[in-house]
Amino acid sequence: MGRYVIRRLLQMIPVFIGATFLIFVMVYALGDPVAAFFGDRAPDPATAAQIRHQYGLDKPLWHQYLDYMGNIFTGDFGTAFNGQPVTELMKSAFPVTLRLTLVAIFFEIVIGITFGVITGMRRGRPIDTSVLLMTLVVISIPVFVLGYVLQYVIAVQWGIGEPSVSPEAPLNELILPGIVLALVSLAYVTRLTRTSIAENTRADYVRTAVAKGLPRRRVILRHLLRNSLIPVITFIGTDIGGLMGGAIVTERIFNIQGVGYQLYQGILRHNSATVVGFVTILVIVFLLANLLVDLLYAVLDPRIRYA
Amino acid sequence: MPEEYDRSNESVAPTGMGGGMDLAASEAQTLDHGPGHGPQPGGPTGKPRSLWSDAWHDLRRNPIFIISALLILFLIVISLWPSLIASGNPLQCDLSKSQQGSQPGHPFGYDNQGCDVYTRTVYGARASVTVGVCATAGVALLGGILGGLAGYFGGAWDAVLSRISDIFFAIPIILGGLVFLSVVTNSTVWPVIGFMVLLGWPQIARIARGSVITAKQNDYVQAAKALGANHTRILLRHIAPNAVAPVIVVATIALGTYIALEATLSWLGVGLKPPTVSWGIDISAASTQIRNAPHMLLWPAGALSITVLAFIMLGDAVRDALDPKLR
Amino acid sequence: MTSLITQVEQDPPDPQGVLLDVRNLHVEFRTRDGVAKAVNGVDYTVSAGETLAVLGESGSGKSVTAQAIMGILDSPPGFVTQGEIVFQGQDLLTMGKEDRRRVRGERMAMIFQDALSSLNPVLSVGEQLGEMFTVHRGMSRKDAKVKAIELMERVRIPAAKQRVGDFPHQFSGGMRQRIMIAMAMALEPDLIIADEPTTALDVTVQAQVMELLAELQRELHMGLILITHDLGVVADVADKIAVMYAGRIVETSPVHEIYRKPAHPYTKGLLRSIPRLDQKGQELYAIKGLPPNLLHIPAGCAFNPRCPMAQDICRTDVPPLYEVSETRASACHFWTETIGE
Repeated sequence: MGRYVIRRLLQMIPVFIGATFLIFVMVYALGDPVAAFFGDRAPDPATAAQIRHQYGLDKPLWHQYLDYMGNIFTGDFGTAFNGQPVTELMKSAFPVTLRLTLVAIFFEIVIGITFGVITGMRRGRPIDTSVLLMTLVVISIPVFVLGYVLQYVIAVQWGIGEPSVSPEAPLNELILPGIVLALVSLAYVTRLTRTSIAENTRADYVRTAVAKGLPRRRVILRHLLRNSLIPVITFIGTDIGGLMGGAIVTERIFNIQGVGYQLYQGILRHNSATVVGFVTILVIVFLLANLLVDLLYAVLDPRIRYA
Repeated sequence: MPEEYDRSNESVAPTGMGGGMDLAASEAQTLDHGPGHGPQPGGPTGKPRSLWSDAWHDLRRNPIFIISALLILFLIVISLWPSLIASGNPLQCDLSKSQQGSQPGHPFGYDNQGCDVYTRTVYGARASVTVGVCATAGVALLGGILGGLAGYFGGAWDAVLSRISDIFFAIPIILGGLVFLSVVTNSTVWPVIGFMVLLGWPQIARIARGSVITAKQNDYVQAAKALGANHTRILLRHIAPNAVAPVIVVATIALGTYIALEATLSWLGVGLKPPTVSWGIDISAASTQIRNAPHMLLWPAGALSITVLAFIMLGDAVRDALDPKLR
Repeated sequence: MTSLITQVEQDPPDPQGVLLDVRNLHVEFRTRDGVAKAVNGVDYTVSAGETLAVLGESGSGKSVTAQAIMGILDSPPGFVTQGEIVFQGQDLLTMGKEDRRRVRGERMAMIFQDALSSLNPVLSVGEQLGEMFTVHRGMSRKDAKVKAIELMERVRIPAAKQRVGDFPHQFSGGMRQRIMIAMAMALEPDLIIADEPTTALDVTVQAQVMELLAELQRELHMGLILITHDLGVVADVADKIAVMYAGRIVETSPVHEIYRKPAHPYTKGLLRSIPRLDQKGQELYAIKGLPPNLLHIPAGCAFNPRCPMAQDICRTDVPPLYEVSETRASACHFWTETIGE
């Protein structure tokens, strides 16, 4: 197991470098941070050149990338557009998005798995058909439309929850945004659980459990669910990275000042330090979440052994 | 008796990084086994049929398939010739009619700028369908070829490709879109399509790789190899026909999601921009006006959702028809 | 060896009497393509300490009958439409769900064909064995584990104490089937149904597993229903045989008589298709034709399209079970000719 983890961590290095370099190239090569610095005014060429030199922007791209990575590993993520260090923004933004993601995952697990189990065990019945239809509707409507509609109907018209989240983003204000963020994944979790349950219901070992005279509850909880949820749990694990990235949409709708908000600001203002810095952290979160999921898989399914 | 360890059962292992899993990929995993099963007996007395003709036999009787196929056909027709059903000009607007509701000749009412919502919804189909179809074609070609070759040849080629797709999987797609498209000034559909192909191909590559590996192990492929057939012939004649089904299914479902992604990117201000007419642009304009003029949101959003739904259901129906396990 | 179970047996069956009496059982599967009649009026009895071998091709209804007895029929699509299953004097089919559940595992148990897929892959064998005691006997997990180890020793799994925490995939095929047997024996049931218990195993292991099963049966004086398509397995262990075809019993007989003088052409065909050392060089016999489609069972005797001695009456009249002797019966209009040949 230990050797496997080390191998996986080593494998992450090229992926990490590749992903961050890709973003770095997009941000630096395609946009002109100096032009953005001056806003609408045309920059004076001499001043522009000086700024370029000062920030090392006249060096080759790979050199800039190495400089940047070197700084990151000393804890220097550069300066954001408002003069604050990027790390300050991170300190305020990541806890907010993390909380939002956790709320979303909570709903994914509770609602998604419940619906999945119900439909998986009652395939072809009206409840199955209607839940499946609902998941399709949720998947086919863009998240931001759903977000606005739910914000308007639930928060504005019914007065439940807040249409706009305060900067501190306490947990109770994040319930509605969390549901919006979770919606699409929730639909996938429901469908995945349903498929998995339906496949396992006919498994021989479930028949054995019934033949052993176990109560129905125990057959379902201990034998059927335990096996069926393995792929679902791994899906939810790999989804953490996706949720944090997808939070851009939700955070914009509900005006939440998290990772997505800061990234969006960074992109609008061509502040490369903010964009590359936040993306770097997101990539690390994604890679680690994937590693954890694979390790969790081995814990849940004894047939899998990593060497 | 000494214990014998049964190694044949160790093959259950998670695939690669397990990342980038979504509806299409996760549900298509079951299909990976499908085509390998070869012809299924058509019934108690019928002749054995091929996988595809068997699937076609099922599909013709599936109302979901028929409805979604007809819808898609209709969409393609109106995106080619929108004037067939809409006589107005989507860019001819009258500010004095801003946000007015339904009235004779203008059943969907007017939007913020006083443009006719019906005309704009009809004309908006073109951009969405173009983005969806072109992005999917690009993704399927690039991903299918790269993934297929990686699966067939294996070895270093496969390892390198796996790492490269891991890199793309690690970048959240909306985020990548924001960064990539925020610096593009061209407001046509092409940068959007290019970006989707760039970030979308690893998903298809992963599916294609898996199904080629499954197909490669079939006896007839081994037989063709033993008879000295060259790689091109084996790939094109023996493997591609059997490995292409999962790719088609996943690509069909992905097509719907690309259309929705275009709308999201337009809403974030980096996708298509006016004067291009697109559902995404109209939806994002309407979404902030939901309190005053919900009709502005309803029609373009409804049209987009039905389109996405049609592609997802088509993919679903094709998958069910191709998967012998579900019969 | 210590006694496996210390509890007092509830409901001790009358040693002479009939343990299980299946009467006129009908089971059908309602599928999209139509109604498949899997079991069409099966009668058989099993007494304590007796072994009944149920023989037949796949699709003959032998496994479905067993599932109906155990109450583990997949329903829908499977339904018991007629008949009685009297077990220790009670009709199982009219019993409440909860009472029926208590019968399973406690008083009757089943051994399945493929132990690898029939054991839960993510629970250790110790947990799966111990579960019988925690659920049915309310034992603590610790005591149940001790019981599990005892059971594993009883079925001669080496190093049971060390292996109790292992998972099914870590055992060999033969060992896994022993675990299945141990699970079935756990509560010392009165009836065991073994559905092709050795089919998935190597020939050498097959004999060991059958021997173990027979030995445990003798010790615990259980009734055993041995479902198989392998006549070779049957000869050594069974007391009587029921041959099934298309959901019906076509012949019943004490085991030795059936080998000498089969009273049904189908049994005869089965016997002739066993390879024999003393007939080396001769072509192996095979019953011609295919097993019947359960959606369209032939009229008259279901075997008539494949029967070498079929007459007109066979195509119209369903043969009843004719009494051949006090202990034998055959569902063939021409059983006298068959047996006399």
